[in-house]
Amino acid sequence: MTTNSNLQRVLESGGFAVTAECGPPRSADPDIVIKKGLLLKKHVDAVNVTDNQTAIVRMGSLAASALLKSIGLDPVWQLVCRDRNRIAIQSDILGAAALGINNMLCLSGDHQSFGNQPHAKNVFDLDSMQLLGAARDLRDSGRFIYDSFEIPPAARPGLFIGAAANPFADPFEFRAIRLAKKIANGAQFIQTQCIFNLPKFTKWMKAVRDRGLADKVYILGGVTPIKSAGMALYMKDKVAGMDVPDEVIKRIKGAPKDKQREEGVKLCVETIQKLRKIKGVAGVHIMAIEWEEAVPEIVEAAGLR
Amino acid sequence: MIVGERKPFEEIQSLLRGYKKILLAGCGTCVKVCFAGGDKEVAVLASQLGIANNKAGVKARIDQVTIERQCENEFIDEAARALNGHDCIMSMACGAGVQMLAARFPHLPVLPAVNTTFLGLLDKQGMFLENCQGCGDCVLGRFGGVCPVTRCSKSLFNGPCGGSASGVCEIDPSVPCGWQEIYDRLKALGRLDTLEQTEPPKNWASARHGGPRKLIREDNIL
Repeated sequence: MTTNSNLQRVLESGGFAVTAECGPPRSADPDIVIKKGLLLKKHVDAVNVTDNQTAIVRMGSLAASALLKSIGLDPVWQLVCRDRNRIAIQSDILGAAALGINNMLCLSGDHQSFGNQPHAKNVFDLDSMQLLGAARDLRDSGRFIYDSFEIPPAARPGLFIGAAANPFADPFEFRAIRLAKKIANGAQFIQTQCIFNLPKFTKWMKAVRDRGLADKVYILGGVTPIKSAGMALYMKDKVAGMDVPDEVIKRIKGAPKDKQREEGVKLCVETIQKLRKIKGVAGVHIMAIEWEEAVPEIVEAAGLR
Repeated sequence: MIVGERKPFEEIQSLLRGYKKILLAGCGTCVKVCFAGGDKEVAVLASQLGIANNKAGVKARIDQVTIERQCENEFIDEAARALNGHDCIMSMACGAGVQMLAARFPHLPVLPAVNTTFLGLLDKQGMFLENCQGCGDCVLGRFGGVCPVTRCSKSLFNGPCGGSASGVCEIDPSVPCGWQEIYDRLKALGRLDTLEQTEPPKNWASARHGGPRKLIREDNIL
Protein backbone atom coordinates (compact mmCIF):
# COMPACT_ATOMS: atom_id res chain seq x y z
CA MET A 1 0.00 0.00 0.00
CA THR A 2 1.28 3.44 -0.91
CA THR A 3 1.16 6.05 1.81
CA ASN A 4 2.15 9.72 1.96
CA SER A 5 5.52 8.73 3.35
CA ASN A 6 8.51 10.45 1.82
CA LEU A 7 10.67 7.56 3.01
CA GLN A 8 8.49 5.08 1.12
CA ARG A 9 8.58 7.28 -2.01
CA VAL A 10 12.41 7.41 -1.95
CA LEU A 11 12.78 3.68 -1.36
CA GLU A 12 10.23 2.66 -3.98
CA SER A 13 11.81 4.90 -6.57
CA GLY A 14 15.08 3.04 -6.05
CA GLY A 15 16.89 5.79 -4.18
CA PHE A 16 19.45 5.07 -1.46
CA ALA A 17 17.52 6.33 1.57
CA VAL A 18 19.06 8.30 4.41
CA THR A 19 17.38 8.51 7.78
CA ALA A 20 18.67 9.98 11.01
CA GLU A 21 17.62 9.94 14.62
CA CYS A 22 16.22 12.67 16.80
CA GLY A 23 16.06 11.91 20.51
CA PRO A 24 13.36 13.99 22.25
CA PRO A 25 14.53 16.06 25.24
CA ARG A 26 14.13 15.29 28.93
CA SER A 27 11.88 18.32 29.18
CA ALA A 28 8.77 19.91 27.70
CA ASP A 29 10.81 22.32 25.53
CA PRO A 30 9.58 22.06 21.92
CA ASP A 31 12.44 24.27 20.65
CA ILE A 32 14.99 21.52 21.25
CA VAL A 33 13.07 19.20 18.92
CA ILE A 34 12.58 21.92 16.31
CA LYS A 35 16.26 22.87 16.46
CA LYS A 36 17.37 19.26 15.94
CA GLY A 37 14.83 18.90 13.14
CA LEU A 38 16.05 21.99 11.30
CA LEU A 39 19.61 20.73 11.57
CA LEU A 40 18.64 17.50 9.83
CA LYS A 41 15.95 18.73 7.47
CA LYS A 42 17.82 19.20 4.20
CA HIS A 43 20.08 16.20 4.70
CA VAL A 44 17.81 13.21 5.29
CA ASP A 45 14.68 11.61 3.83
CA ALA A 46 13.07 10.91 7.19
CA VAL A 47 13.86 11.32 10.89
CA ASN A 48 13.30 8.66 13.54
CA VAL A 49 11.89 9.90 16.81
CA THR A 50 12.91 7.60 19.63
CA ASP A 51 10.43 6.38 22.24
CA ASN A 52 11.93 6.81 25.73
CA GLN A 53 15.11 5.11 24.59
CA THR A 54 17.10 3.20 27.22
CA ALA A 55 13.94 3.54 29.32
CA ILE A 56 14.71 7.12 30.35
CA VAL A 57 11.63 9.34 30.46
CA ARG A 58 11.60 11.90 27.66
CA MET A 59 9.08 13.93 25.72
CA GLY A 60 6.66 11.49 24.06
CA SER A 61 7.70 10.25 20.63
CA LEU A 62 4.30 10.94 19.09
CA ALA A 63 4.30 14.55 20.31
CA ALA A 64 7.87 15.11 19.11
CA SER A 65 6.98 13.49 15.77
CA ALA A 66 4.10 15.93 15.37
CA LEU A 67 6.48 18.85 16.11
CA LEU A 68 8.87 17.66 13.39
CA LYS A 69 5.99 17.16 10.98
CA SER A 70 4.94 20.77 11.58
CA ILE A 71 8.28 22.03 10.17
CA GLY A 72 8.10 19.82 7.11
CA LEU A 73 10.05 16.71 8.09
CA ASP A 74 8.88 13.15 7.52
CA PRO A 75 9.07 11.60 11.00
CA VAL A 76 9.47 7.88 11.67
CA TRP A 77 7.50 7.56 14.88
CA GLN A 78 9.05 4.88 17.11
CA LEU A 79 6.75 2.89 19.35
CA VAL A 80 7.81 0.37 21.99
CA CYS A 81 5.78 -2.43 23.61
CA ARG A 82 7.28 -1.80 27.05
CA ASP A 83 4.98 1.02 28.09
CA ARG A 84 1.64 0.45 26.39
CA ASN A 85 -0.96 -2.26 26.23
CA ARG A 86 -2.88 -3.07 23.06
CA ILE A 87 -5.56 -0.51 23.88
CA ALA A 88 -3.05 2.35 24.06
CA ILE A 89 -1.05 1.05 21.10
CA GLN A 90 -3.96 0.85 18.70
CA SER A 91 -5.31 4.17 19.92
CA ASP A 92 -1.92 5.86 19.40
CA ILE A 93 -1.65 4.41 15.88
CA LEU A 94 -4.97 6.03 14.97
CA GLY A 95 -3.86 9.27 16.61
CA ALA A 96 -0.49 9.29 14.82
CA ALA A 97 -2.14 8.87 11.43
CA ALA A 98 -4.65 11.59 12.28
CA LEU A 99 -1.74 13.96 13.02
CA GLY A 100 -0.29 13.23 9.59
CA ILE A 101 2.53 10.93 10.72
CA ASN A 102 3.38 8.63 7.81
CA ASN A 103 5.91 6.17 9.22
CA MET A 104 6.14 4.05 12.31
CA LEU A 105 8.84 1.77 13.69
CA CYS A 106 7.66 -1.16 15.84
CA LEU A 107 10.00 -2.14 18.69
CA SER A 108 10.01 -4.28 21.83
CA GLY A 109 11.78 -1.57 23.82
CA ASP A 110 14.76 -1.55 26.17
CA HIS A 111 13.94 -3.11 29.52
CA GLN A 112 12.98 -0.55 32.16
CA SER A 113 15.79 -1.73 34.46
CA PHE A 114 18.21 0.31 32.30
CA GLY A 115 16.54 3.66 32.77
CA ASN A 116 15.59 6.22 35.38
CA GLN A 117 12.40 4.36 36.38
CA PRO A 118 13.71 0.88 37.25
CA HIS A 119 10.81 0.37 39.69
CA ALA A 120 8.23 0.68 36.90
CA LYS A 121 5.83 -2.10 35.98
CA ASN A 122 6.42 -3.04 32.36
CA VAL A 123 3.66 -3.95 29.94
CA PHE A 124 4.72 -6.15 27.00
CA ASP A 125 1.08 -7.01 26.34
CA LEU A 126 2.17 -7.41 22.71
CA ASP A 127 5.65 -8.11 21.39
CA SER A 128 7.17 -6.27 18.43
CA MET A 129 5.97 -8.96 16.01
CA GLN A 130 2.38 -8.69 17.23
CA LEU A 131 2.65 -4.88 17.17
CA LEU A 132 3.63 -5.03 13.50
CA GLY A 133 0.66 -7.25 12.72
CA ALA A 134 -1.70 -4.98 14.62
CA ALA A 135 -0.51 -1.88 12.73
CA ARG A 136 -0.78 -3.64 9.38
CA ASP A 137 -4.27 -4.96 10.12
CA LEU A 138 -5.49 -1.52 11.18
CA ARG A 139 -4.18 -0.06 7.93
CA ASP A 140 -5.08 -2.81 5.47
CA SER A 141 -8.31 -4.25 6.78
CA GLY A 142 -9.37 -1.63 9.32
CA ARG A 143 -9.52 -4.32 12.00
CA PHE A 144 -8.59 -4.05 15.67
CA ILE A 145 -7.06 -7.08 17.43
CA TYR A 146 -9.68 -9.86 17.82
CA ASP A 147 -12.51 -7.48 16.95
CA SER A 148 -15.03 -7.63 14.13
CA PHE A 149 -15.52 -3.85 13.95
CA GLU A 150 -14.20 -2.43 10.69
CA ILE A 151 -12.82 1.08 10.17
CA PRO A 152 -14.12 2.50 6.85
CA PRO A 153 -11.35 2.45 4.19
CA ALA A 154 -10.97 6.23 4.01
CA ALA A 155 -10.38 6.50 7.76
CA ARG A 156 -7.76 3.80 8.19
CA PRO A 157 -4.26 4.74 9.41
CA GLY A 158 -2.10 4.91 6.26
CA LEU A 159 1.31 4.25 7.78
CA PHE A 160 4.52 2.98 6.20
CA ILE A 161 5.52 0.31 8.70
CA GLY A 162 9.02 -0.60 9.80
CA ALA A 163 10.82 -2.76 12.31
CA ALA A 164 14.29 -3.16 13.75
CA ALA A 165 16.74 -6.00 13.32
CA ASN A 166 19.87 -6.75 15.29
CA PRO A 167 22.21 -8.91 13.20
CA PHE A 168 24.64 -9.04 16.11
CA ALA A 169 22.37 -10.57 18.73
CA ASP A 170 22.11 -14.27 19.51
CA PRO A 171 21.20 -16.88 18.48
CA PHE A 172 22.69 -15.71 15.17
CA GLU A 173 21.04 -18.48 13.13
CA PHE A 174 17.61 -17.29 14.27
CA ARG A 175 18.13 -13.66 13.18
CA ALA A 176 17.19 -14.14 9.50
CA ILE A 177 14.17 -16.26 10.54
CA ARG A 178 13.09 -13.47 12.86
CA LEU A 179 13.40 -11.00 10.00
CA ALA A 180 11.23 -13.26 7.82
CA LYS A 181 8.59 -13.27 10.56
CA LYS A 182 8.68 -9.48 10.78
CA ILE A 183 8.15 -9.22 7.03
CA ALA A 184 5.29 -11.72 7.21
CA ASN A 185 3.72 -9.50 9.87
CA GLY A 186 3.87 -6.37 7.79
CA ALA A 187 7.35 -4.85 8.06
CA GLN A 188 8.06 -2.85 4.89
CA PHE A 189 11.38 -1.41 5.98
CA ILE A 190 14.04 -2.43 8.47
CA GLN A 191 16.51 -0.31 10.36
CA THR A 192 19.35 -2.32 11.85
CA GLN A 193 21.34 -2.02 15.05
CA CYS A 194 24.54 0.07 14.70
CA ILE A 195 27.01 -1.70 12.45
CA PHE A 196 30.60 -1.76 13.65
CA ASN A 197 31.22 -5.42 12.87
CA LEU A 198 30.95 -5.40 9.06
CA PRO A 199 31.98 -9.04 8.50
CA LYS A 200 29.14 -10.20 10.75
CA PHE A 201 26.67 -7.84 9.07
CA THR A 202 27.78 -9.13 5.65
CA LYS A 203 27.20 -12.70 6.84
CA TRP A 204 23.71 -11.77 8.06
CA MET A 205 22.89 -10.04 4.77
CA LYS A 206 23.88 -13.19 2.92
CA ALA A 207 21.50 -15.25 5.05
CA VAL A 208 18.83 -12.60 4.38
CA ARG A 209 19.38 -12.75 0.60
CA ASP A 210 19.50 -16.56 0.62
CA ARG A 211 16.02 -16.57 2.10
CA GLY A 212 14.87 -14.12 -0.57
CA LEU A 213 14.11 -11.49 2.07
CA ALA A 214 16.11 -8.60 0.59
CA ASP A 215 13.53 -8.39 -2.23
CA LYS A 216 10.63 -8.18 0.18
CA VAL A 217 11.79 -5.42 2.50
CA TYR A 218 13.97 -2.31 2.39
CA ILE A 219 16.96 -2.73 4.70
CA LEU A 220 18.60 0.41 6.08
CA GLY A 221 21.94 -0.27 7.72
CA GLY A 222 22.35 1.45 11.07
CA VAL A 223 25.51 3.51 11.67
CA THR A 224 26.71 5.58 14.62
CA PRO A 225 29.62 8.03 14.63
CA ILE A 226 31.82 7.42 17.67
CA LYS A 227 32.68 10.54 19.64
CA SER A 228 35.54 9.14 21.70
CA ALA A 229 37.33 5.97 22.75
CA GLY A 230 35.38 6.17 26.00
CA MET A 231 32.08 6.10 24.10
CA ALA A 232 33.25 3.08 22.07
CA LEU A 233 34.14 1.21 25.25
CA TYR A 234 30.86 2.20 26.88
CA MET A 235 28.87 0.90 23.91
CA LYS A 236 30.83 -2.33 23.88
CA ASP A 237 30.37 -3.05 27.58
CA LYS A 238 27.19 -1.34 28.64
CA VAL A 239 24.76 -0.98 25.74
CA ALA A 240 22.49 -3.96 25.12
CA GLY A 241 22.81 -5.65 21.75
CA MET A 242 25.95 -3.79 20.61
CA ASP A 243 28.89 -5.44 18.89
CA VAL A 244 31.93 -3.15 18.88
CA PRO A 245 35.02 -5.10 17.78
CA ASP A 246 38.37 -4.41 19.46
CA GLU A 247 39.91 -3.05 16.23
CA VAL A 248 37.29 -0.27 16.19
CA ILE A 249 38.18 0.71 19.75
CA LYS A 250 41.89 0.50 18.89
CA ARG A 251 41.42 2.77 15.89
CA ILE A 252 39.59 5.48 17.85
CA LYS A 253 42.04 5.16 20.76
CA GLY A 254 44.90 5.52 18.29
CA ALA A 255 43.79 9.05 17.39
CA PRO A 256 44.81 11.95 19.66
CA LYS A 257 42.02 12.97 22.06
CA ASP A 258 41.11 16.11 20.09
CA LYS A 259 40.97 14.15 16.83
CA GLN A 260 38.84 11.24 18.03
CA ARG A 261 35.56 12.80 16.85
CA GLU A 262 37.08 13.32 13.43
CA GLU A 263 38.21 9.69 13.36
CA GLY A 264 34.74 8.56 14.43
CA VAL A 265 33.11 10.48 11.59
CA LYS A 266 35.68 9.07 9.15
CA LEU A 267 34.96 5.51 10.28
CA CYS A 268 31.21 6.14 9.97
CA VAL A 269 31.61 7.47 6.41
CA GLU A 270 33.75 4.46 5.44
CA THR A 271 31.12 2.12 6.87
CA ILE A 272 28.38 3.83 4.82
CA GLN A 273 30.45 3.51 1.66
CA LYS A 274 31.00 -0.19 2.32
CA LEU A 275 27.30 -0.72 3.11
CA ARG A 276 26.31 0.86 -0.21
CA LYS A 277 28.19 -1.90 -1.99
CA ILE A 278 26.37 -4.74 -0.16
CA LYS A 279 23.56 -6.17 -2.26
CA GLY A 280 20.19 -5.70 -0.61
CA VAL A 281 21.11 -2.63 1.47
CA ALA A 282 18.58 0.07 0.51
CA GLY A 283 19.81 2.90 2.68
CA VAL A 284 21.42 3.98 5.91
CA HIS A 285 20.07 5.02 9.26
CA ILE A 286 22.44 7.42 11.03
CA MET A 287 22.12 7.34 14.79
CA ALA A 288 24.29 10.23 15.96
CA ILE A 289 23.40 10.01 19.63
CA GLU A 290 23.08 13.55 21.08
CA TRP A 291 25.29 14.64 18.19
CA GLU A 292 22.79 15.48 15.46
CA GLU A 293 25.08 18.20 14.10
CA ALA A 294 27.43 15.49 12.82
CA VAL A 295 24.79 14.17 10.40
CA PRO A 296 25.10 16.81 7.62
CA GLU A 297 28.86 16.33 7.52
CA ILE A 298 28.55 12.52 7.38
CA VAL A 299 25.91 12.65 4.66
CA GLU A 300 28.02 14.99 2.57
CA ALA A 301 31.30 13.16 3.09
CA ALA A 302 29.67 9.84 2.20
CA GLY A 303 28.44 11.39 -1.05
CA LEU A 304 24.80 10.72 -0.21
CA ARG A 305 23.60 14.23 -1.21
CA MET B 1 6.26 -24.76 44.53
CA ILE B 2 5.63 -21.34 46.00
CA VAL B 3 8.99 -19.83 46.88
CA GLY B 4 9.29 -17.28 49.65
CA GLU B 5 11.97 -15.41 51.52
CA ARG B 6 11.82 -14.21 55.09
CA LYS B 7 11.57 -10.46 55.43
CA PRO B 8 14.53 -8.55 56.89
CA PHE B 9 14.55 -8.65 60.70
CA GLU B 10 14.21 -4.86 60.99
CA GLU B 11 11.01 -4.90 58.95
CA ILE B 12 9.59 -7.72 61.08
CA GLN B 13 10.47 -5.80 64.23
CA SER B 14 8.75 -2.69 62.95
CA LEU B 15 5.62 -4.70 62.02
CA LEU B 16 5.50 -6.15 65.54
CA ARG B 17 6.16 -2.92 67.44
CA GLY B 18 3.68 -2.47 70.28
CA TYR B 19 2.35 -6.05 70.34
CA LYS B 20 2.85 -7.94 73.60
CA LYS B 21 1.48 -11.43 72.90
CA ILE B 22 2.58 -12.66 69.54
CA LEU B 23 1.81 -16.00 67.89
CA LEU B 24 4.32 -16.95 65.20
CA ALA B 25 2.56 -19.27 62.75
CA GLY B 26 4.69 -21.29 60.36
CA CYS B 27 3.52 -23.42 57.46
CA GLY B 28 4.70 -26.96 56.76
CA THR B 29 4.27 -26.91 52.98
CA CYS B 30 6.05 -24.79 50.30
CA VAL B 31 7.72 -22.24 52.56
CA LYS B 32 9.15 -25.03 54.71
CA VAL B 33 10.75 -26.64 51.66
CA CYS B 34 12.34 -23.33 50.62
CA PHE B 35 13.55 -22.60 54.16
CA ALA B 36 11.49 -19.45 54.62
CA GLY B 37 8.65 -20.25 57.03
CA GLY B 38 8.65 -23.85 58.33
CA ASP B 39 8.99 -24.93 61.98
CA LYS B 40 12.76 -24.34 62.00
CA GLU B 41 12.42 -20.80 60.67
CA VAL B 42 9.67 -20.13 63.23
CA ALA B 43 12.02 -21.22 66.02
CA VAL B 44 14.88 -19.10 64.68
CA LEU B 45 12.69 -16.00 64.40
CA ALA B 46 11.26 -16.56 67.88
CA SER B 47 14.70 -16.69 69.45
CA GLN B 48 15.91 -13.73 67.40
CA LEU B 49 12.95 -11.68 68.60
CA GLY B 50 13.47 -12.88 72.17
CA ILE B 51 17.12 -11.80 72.19
CA ALA B 52 16.32 -8.42 70.61
CA ASN B 53 13.47 -7.79 73.05
CA ASN B 54 15.64 -8.70 76.05
CA LYS B 55 18.35 -6.36 74.86
CA ALA B 56 15.90 -3.51 74.37
CA GLY B 57 14.06 -4.22 77.62
CA VAL B 58 10.83 -4.94 75.76
CA LYS B 59 8.48 -7.39 77.41
CA ALA B 60 6.61 -9.52 74.90
CA ARG B 61 5.42 -13.13 74.86
CA ILE B 62 6.27 -15.03 71.70
CA ASP B 63 4.61 -18.38 71.05
CA GLN B 64 5.10 -20.72 68.15
CA VAL B 65 2.93 -22.99 66.07
CA THR B 66 3.56 -24.57 62.67
CA ILE B 67 0.61 -26.02 60.85
CA GLU B 68 0.62 -28.41 57.92
CA ARG B 69 -0.93 -26.07 55.37
CA GLN B 70 -1.96 -22.51 56.10
CA CYS B 71 -3.89 -22.25 52.86
CA GLU B 72 -6.47 -24.88 53.87
CA ASN B 73 -9.21 -24.12 56.32
CA GLU B 74 -9.24 -27.53 58.03
CA PHE B 75 -5.61 -27.14 59.08
CA ILE B 76 -6.26 -23.70 60.53
CA ASP B 77 -8.07 -25.26 63.51
CA GLU B 78 -4.66 -26.09 64.89
CA ALA B 79 -3.76 -22.41 64.83
CA ALA B 80 -7.08 -21.60 66.48
CA ARG B 81 -6.28 -24.01 69.32
CA ALA B 82 -2.88 -22.37 69.83
CA LEU B 83 -4.48 -18.95 70.22
CA ASN B 84 -4.58 -17.92 73.84
CA GLY B 85 -5.01 -14.23 74.45
CA HIS B 86 -2.59 -13.24 71.69
CA ASP B 87 -2.83 -9.71 70.38
CA CYS B 88 -1.44 -10.54 66.93
CA ILE B 89 -0.48 -13.39 64.65
CA MET B 90 2.63 -13.20 62.54
CA SER B 91 2.30 -15.66 59.67
CA MET B 92 5.37 -17.17 58.10
CA ALA B 93 3.39 -18.66 55.21
CA CYS B 94 3.01 -17.37 51.66
CA GLY B 95 0.55 -14.57 50.90
CA ALA B 96 -2.28 -17.09 50.52
CA GLY B 97 -1.65 -18.46 54.01
CA VAL B 98 -1.51 -14.97 55.53
CA GLN B 99 -4.86 -14.12 53.95
CA MET B 100 -6.39 -17.40 55.06
CA LEU B 101 -5.49 -16.60 58.69
CA ALA B 102 -6.71 -13.01 58.31
CA ALA B 103 -10.07 -14.24 57.02
CA ARG B 104 -10.38 -16.82 59.80
CA PHE B 105 -9.43 -14.46 62.63
CA PRO B 106 -11.00 -11.10 61.70
CA HIS B 107 -10.57 -9.71 65.24
CA LEU B 108 -6.76 -10.11 65.19
CA PRO B 109 -4.06 -8.35 63.19
CA VAL B 110 -2.33 -10.92 60.94
CA LEU B 111 1.12 -9.77 59.80
CA PRO B 112 3.39 -11.27 57.14
CA ALA B 113 6.94 -12.35 57.99
CA VAL B 114 7.71 -13.69 54.52
CA ASN B 115 7.86 -12.14 51.06
CA THR B 116 6.20 -14.51 48.60
CA THR B 117 8.60 -14.32 45.69
CA PHE B 118 7.47 -16.64 42.89
CA LEU B 119 6.44 -20.07 41.62
CA GLY B 120 9.64 -21.87 40.96
CA LEU B 121 12.02 -24.69 41.59
CA LEU B 122 15.23 -25.42 43.40
CA ASP B 123 17.87 -25.09 40.69
CA LYS B 124 20.73 -26.03 42.98
CA GLN B 125 21.23 -25.90 46.71
CA GLY B 126 20.59 -22.34 47.79
CA MET B 127 19.23 -21.13 44.46
CA PHE B 128 15.62 -21.00 43.39
CA LEU B 129 14.46 -20.01 39.91
CA GLU B 130 11.13 -18.60 38.81
CA ASN B 131 9.44 -20.82 36.26
CA CYS B 132 5.75 -20.04 36.18
CA GLN B 133 3.57 -16.95 36.47
CA GLY B 134 0.32 -18.87 36.61
CA CYS B 135 -0.96 -17.19 33.44
CA GLY B 136 -3.85 -19.64 33.28
CA ASP B 137 -3.20 -20.81 29.72
CA CYS B 138 -0.07 -22.95 29.63
CA VAL B 139 2.00 -22.58 26.44
CA LEU B 140 4.95 -24.80 27.41
CA GLY B 141 3.98 -27.38 24.79
CA ARG B 142 4.87 -24.93 22.02
CA PHE B 143 8.12 -23.65 23.49
CA GLY B 144 10.12 -26.75 24.25
CA GLY B 145 9.12 -26.77 27.91
CA VAL B 146 10.62 -23.32 28.65
CA CYS B 147 8.14 -20.59 29.55
CA PRO B 148 8.45 -17.41 27.45
CA VAL B 149 6.14 -15.51 29.81
CA THR B 150 8.38 -16.16 32.80
CA ARG B 151 11.85 -16.90 31.48
CA CYS B 152 11.99 -13.96 29.04
CA SER B 153 12.35 -10.61 30.84
CA LYS B 154 9.95 -9.06 28.32
CA SER B 155 7.60 -12.06 28.02
CA LEU B 156 8.15 -12.10 24.25
CA PHE B 157 6.37 -14.73 22.20
CA ASN B 158 8.09 -14.49 18.83
CA GLY B 159 11.76 -14.91 19.48
CA PRO B 160 14.60 -13.22 21.35
CA CYS B 161 14.90 -9.44 21.32
CA GLY B 162 18.04 -7.68 20.16
CA GLY B 163 19.46 -7.80 23.66
CA SER B 164 20.22 -11.53 23.75
CA ALA B 165 23.98 -12.06 23.71
CA SER B 166 26.03 -15.20 24.41
CA GLY B 167 23.08 -16.84 26.12
CA VAL B 168 22.39 -14.07 28.62
CA CYS B 169 19.68 -11.45 28.96
CA GLU B 170 20.29 -7.75 28.42
CA ILE B 171 19.08 -6.89 31.90
CA ASP B 172 21.83 -8.74 33.76
CA PRO B 173 24.64 -11.10 32.76
CA SER B 174 23.57 -13.44 35.58
CA VAL B 175 20.14 -13.92 33.97
CA PRO B 176 20.04 -16.55 31.23
CA CYS B 177 18.16 -15.54 28.06
CA GLY B 178 14.92 -17.53 28.16
CA TRP B 179 14.72 -17.40 24.38
CA GLN B 180 18.18 -18.89 23.97
CA GLU B 181 16.93 -21.74 26.18
CA ILE B 182 13.78 -22.13 24.07
CA TYR B 183 15.87 -22.11 20.89
CA ASP B 184 18.34 -24.69 22.22
CA ARG B 185 15.56 -27.00 23.44
CA LEU B 186 13.63 -26.86 20.18
CA LYS B 187 16.82 -27.38 18.21
CA ALA B 188 17.61 -30.49 20.25
CA LEU B 189 14.07 -31.71 19.65
CA GLY B 190 14.33 -31.02 15.90
CA ARG B 191 11.39 -28.59 16.14
CA LEU B 192 12.90 -25.24 15.19
CA ASP B 193 10.21 -25.04 12.49
CA THR B 194 7.69 -24.07 15.18
CA LEU B 195 9.57 -20.80 15.69
CA GLU B 196 8.79 -19.74 12.12
CA GLN B 197 5.10 -19.45 12.98
CA THR B 198 3.83 -16.18 14.38
CA GLU B 199 2.39 -16.40 17.86
CA PRO B 200 -0.70 -14.15 17.88
CA PRO B 201 -1.43 -11.73 20.77
CA LYS B 202 -1.98 -13.69 23.97
CA ASN B 203 -5.25 -13.68 25.84
CA TRP B 204 -4.16 -12.34 29.20
CA ALA B 205 -7.66 -12.49 30.68
CA SER B 206 -6.84 -15.89 32.18
CA ALA B 207 -3.82 -14.35 33.89
CA ARG B 208 -3.99 -11.86 36.76
CA HIS B 209 -4.96 -9.15 34.27
CA GLY B 210 -8.54 -10.41 34.16
CA GLY B 211 -8.96 -9.61 37.88
CA PRO B 212 -8.69 -11.95 40.89
CA ARG B 213 -9.20 -15.47 39.60
CA LYS B 214 -11.52 -18.21 40.74
CA LEU B 215 -11.44 -21.90 39.89
CA ILE B 216 -14.64 -23.90 40.21
CA ARG B 217 -14.48 -27.69 40.07
CA GLU B 218 -18.10 -28.82 39.82
CA ASP B 219 -17.00 -32.45 40.22
CA ASN B 220 -15.42 -31.68 43.60
CA ILE B 221 -18.32 -29.78 45.12
CA LEU B 222 -19.99 -31.68 47.95
